[in-house]
Amino acid sequence: MNVIAPTSAASQVAGRRTTSRLIYFSSTSDNTHRFVEKLNMDAARLPVYTHEDTLIAQEPYVLVLPTYGGDSGHGAVPKQVIKFLNIERNRDLIRGVVGAGNTNFGETYCLAGDIISVKCQVPHLYRFELMGTSEDVARVHEGLEEFWTRLSLNQAQL
Amino acid sequence: MTPEKLKLASHVTAINWNRIEDEKDVDVWNRLVNNFWLPEKVPLSNDIQSWATLTPDEQLLTMRVFTGLTLLDTLQGTVGAVSLIPDAITPHEEAVYTNIAFMESVHAKSYSSIFSTLCSTKEIDEAFRWSVENVNLQKKAQIIESYYYGDDPLKRKIASTLLESFLFYSGFYLPMYWSSRAKLTNTADLIRLIIRDEAVHGYYIGYKYQKGLEGLSEERKAELKEYTFELMFELYENEVQYTHDLYDSVGLAEDVKKFLHYNANKALMNLGYEAMFPAAVTDVNPAILSALSPNADENHDFFSGSGSSYVIGKAVNTEDDDWDF
Repeated sequence: MNVIAPTSAASQVAGRRTTSRLIYFSSTSDNTHRFVEKLNMDAARLPVYTHEDTLIAQEPYVLVLPTYGGDSGHGAVPKQVIKFLNIERNRDLIRGVVGAGNTNFGETYCLAGDIISVKCQVPHLYRFELMGTSEDVARVHEGLEEFWTRLSLNQAQL
Repeated sequence: MTPEKLKLASHVTAINWNRIEDEKDVDVWNRLVNNFWLPEKVPLSNDIQSWATLTPDEQLLTMRVFTGLTLLDTLQGTVGAVSLIPDAITPHEEAVYTNIAFMESVHAKSYSSIFSTLCSTKEIDEAFRWSVENVNLQKKAQIIESYYYGDDPLKRKIASTLLESFLFYSGFYLPMYWSSRAKLTNTADLIRLIIRDEAVHGYYIGYKYQKGLEGLSEERKAELKEYTFELMFELYENEVQYTHDLYDSVGLAEDVKKFLHYNANKALMNLGYEAMFPAAVTDVNPAILSALSPNADENHDFFSGSGSSYVIGKAVNTEDDDWDF
């Protein structure tokens, strides 16, 4: 019988620390991965499999993730993202979310982004389909630059 | 054309779902099973009154569009998805194709449910006769079919992905258009189920295509990429003609073409290639986009607004059971 002393969850979590301000999940289909590559910004990829250690954010970041699941929306947030956000520090540092999806999924288009936006009280900044068009890449690149600038200005005023 | 001989998987071993080589097979299998539906679940008879408000031209167009879609679903169900089985890399991939094939047959049958609810037998027979006689509809089926009987497994996947993710959309446009005008809304609900399925099919077959590219020579990869774009152009040219055949009578052809461009880009992305049509020609009518997905409009782009008017996404009651914070 193990007796575990109460400690904070974060201190027990194994994970690789990252200072990237863009953190993303992409399955083996690599759609989201390709989108992030096209952004040409420093970014950290969450492990593809849930049994792998997740990441621990060190800096405020924006999360990019695709939506899974079908009509009911059940299982919309990838398990690997849940594992990552179950770490309190990762929730504290999230500043926004960008959703990937396919409008063919109707009401569940980019639903995972909506769920995280509500849960973590951060804006769902942008939605794109599959690996994104060049227009999506340009808008997100420009949008993120502005977003970070605005955030750091706000912080400086505090 | 006649196939030289029946192609089947060359060797079959008992499928073991407890030993998985590609997790994507399980993910997609589960998703397809969870998405399973039958046309009997959709209250199509609620559209009878709405159908009566369409002009004879509009009714004729709608029936023709649906027989065209029936042909593609039949092709994909009886030949397309089945032709992919012998080339499968994993046994679970074979099982996924059998699911896809069956669902295509469900889709094909569901158009008949719409017909029998809304139209007379004589009208139905005439629409099916049109589908046999329309040159451009027959041509697109023949182009795809010729690759299914061809001897290149990767080209079969390209053709199949373009069918799933591009060729259906000249037809899917119309029920979305009616839905945006509050017409045939139950029919549109059924079509949305088909649209959702085709997205998973196109995604999966495109994914398997990309898996098949791994380890090939750069030369062969370049050949396949070039081939993809050539086939896309060939199909696109025919699709434009087909669109005019159908939609000129109601003045919607130009609007439909934007929808074609938008979906052509998505078909290419499913195969791992960059979008081909620029934003200037993919600006789909917002009413059509929102009939497809209520979250697809510009209001959801935080970056393009001032940011001050931003509202956090609406609450959703679809959270994961195991979401434990």
